[in-house]
Amino acid sequence: MFVLTFREQLEALRPYLLRYASLHLRDRDAAEDAVQETLVAALAAEAGFAGRSNLRTWATGILKHKIVDAIRRAGREQPLEDEASEDEFAALFDARGHWQSTPAAWPDPDGALESKQFLAALERCLAALPPRTARAFLLREHMGLETAEICKELGISSTHCWVLLYRARMALRECLEKSWFAR
Amino acid sequence: MNLSCKEATRLLSRREDRALTLAESAALRIHLAICRGCRAVAAQLPFLRRALRRYFDGLHG
Repeated sequence: MFVLTFREQLEALRPYLLRYASLHLRDRDAAEDAVQETLVAALAAEAGFAGRSNLRTWATGILKHKIVDAIRRAGREQPLEDEASEDEFAALFDARGHWQSTPAAWPDPDGALESKQFLAALERCLAALPPRTARAFLLREHMGLETAEICKELGISSTHCWVLLYRARMALRECLEKSWFAR
Repeated sequence: MNLSCKEATRLLSRREDRALTLAESAALRIHLAICRGCRAVAAQLPFLRRALRRYFDGLHG
């Protein structure tokens, strides 16, 4: 029987791990570094994997830590400047803060979750977020960090943190509306 | 306190990250009662979280 070694099984995960890291870090070099560190750590920890069923899930767990480390380092090295322009919400709201164009309820959102095309649209919308906005949002939504931790990791004020999360959610909802729900 | 839609959506986002104060949630409730657009967004933001979870579950295979 042909059996892959542990190293080969890990190596086979590299493209997936790279895609995952790129989504969070938005920087090819940083993503490759995080994946490399993950593979090295995973090889060293082979005994820790023994008995667990899913190598991919296990390796992703290690990669998550490496990603947060990378974001922490980047936050220390270059404090965040604001990516958005002054009037970033001008297209959404008028001068008095009312909708320019009133959002409507989305038809069958639960059905969308079952659709591969919808998840692909979501991926495109995530990729379209500005890099730091995306990082803050994924730390919150996917890594499950509290906002206080996110501000600390990214080296930004708590006000700025709230703005990033707000911006990410409004941009994603608009992108999904345009690319999926209002087709 | 009368919220604008911009302020109301800001609170809707904040609500995903921390509990609102009593004053914030009262003001938001009043605004949502009269604003269809913000009611739509109020349902969409929690949906984003579920969609993201589904997306990452799929990615992990």
